[in-house]
Amino acid sequence: MSAVAVIPAFNEEASLGGVLAEIAEIDGLVPVVVDDGSSDGTAGVARNAGVACVRLPFNLGVGGAVRTGLRWALDHDAGTVVIVDADGQHDPADVAALLAAIDAGADLAIGSRFAADAGDYAVGGTRRRAMRILNRLVRSTTGFAATDATSGFRAMSRPVVEYLAREYPVEYLADTVEVIVLVRRAGHEVIEVPVSMRERAGGVPSARRFRLVFNFLRLLVGIAGGVLVGRRDGGRS
Amino acid sequence: MSAVAQITLSVVALGITFWVVRLVGLRRLRSKYALLWLVITVPLVPLAVFPAIVDEAGEFLGVNYPPALLFSLSSLLLLGIVIHYSWELSRLESRTRRLGEEIALLNARLDDAERADDGEDES
Ligand SMILES: Nc1nc2c(ncn2[C@@H]2O[C@H](COP(=O)(O)OP(=O)(O)O)[C@@H](O)[C@H]2O)c(=O)[nH]1
Ligand SMILES: [Mg+2]
Repeated sequence: MSAVAVIPAFNEEASLGGVLAEIAEIDGLVPVVVDDGSSDGTAGVARNAGVACVRLPFNLGVGGAVRTGLRWALDHDAGTVVIVDADGQHDPADVAALLAAIDAGADLAIGSRFAADAGDYAVGGTRRRAMRILNRLVRSTTGFAATDATSGFRAMSRPVVEYLAREYPVEYLADTVEVIVLVRRAGHEVIEVPVSMRERAGGVPSARRFRLVFNFLRLLVGIAGGVLVGRRDGGRS
Repeated sequence: MSAVAQITLSVVALGITFWVVRLVGLRRLRSKYALLWLVITVPLVPLAVFPAIVDEAGEFLGVNYPPALLFSLSSLLLLGIVIHYSWELSRLESRTRRLGEEIALLNARLDDAERADDGEDES
């Protein structure tokens, strides 16, 4: 069983090539690009690099793309999975530390840019405050002291991959924050690993933060629902 | 409004709120739709407990029959939700069509690949 790197990509032709080149340096890591209905040459970049590319027929959002990648990983007998963004923000040099945390027994290892010993990473005022609130939300519902609950740079063990391939909440924010809550409630061990994140290597960042309030309320309803039914095994989908 | 009416309305509003949140927890309802309904049921509780809010809002806006304000507001909200649904439905329709096309094209490519394979076997 190998480690699979799931790389969700939506119109990332500018940065994907560089990310794939860095990932290729890592021994025993099988990359798969999930092309989330891109309208640019994202799939072509993956093909030219000789990397497996799962093309979605239309845009499903980051969560939908990651979920598809997890299912691909299961189909290809992955032992562990690491999720790496295609925009170059996640430094493949940190992948080894995330995978090592899984090998050492953790089930979900979250790359945190704000943990003690992490590299410095600047975020604007509103975003920073929103992130603090989300960290606190995770702490109060699970007791896990998250410092970077919205980080998408994560590695997971096979049991968590199996669980999330069924239960992954695909909505924005839920795909990062609620996942922590679900995985903890299902009795898995979650830890943070300090990482240094970079500026995106090209392309444009999403304008999703404008919908932050809507997304936040939606997240609260989702988490409240889970708490209300006292979900342990995640219910059914 | 009588005390009985106030209590009934509050209980119903709270009941629907819990039911909707529970459905989300059971994964029978996506949280975005739940939010849509909660926007309606959650404000109902303070309105039932303090019906004077409606009268005051009506007076403030110069409506001479304040309950009409409530009715028009709720029809507007429901209209908004229904329009949102037709938008979602249109999106779903175009996506199912795309999926059908995708499968048909995949089948064609599979046929081509199988035919190419057969050709190789014979030579
Ligand atoms: N914005 C966006 N990113 C997507 C989507 N589907 C997949 N992705 C990928 O998800 C990763 C994270 O996206 P990004 O916009 O950088 O999110 P952020 O870093 O959390 O602000 C990138 O590799 C994107 O290419 C999508 O629908 N929208
Ligand atoms: Mg990014």
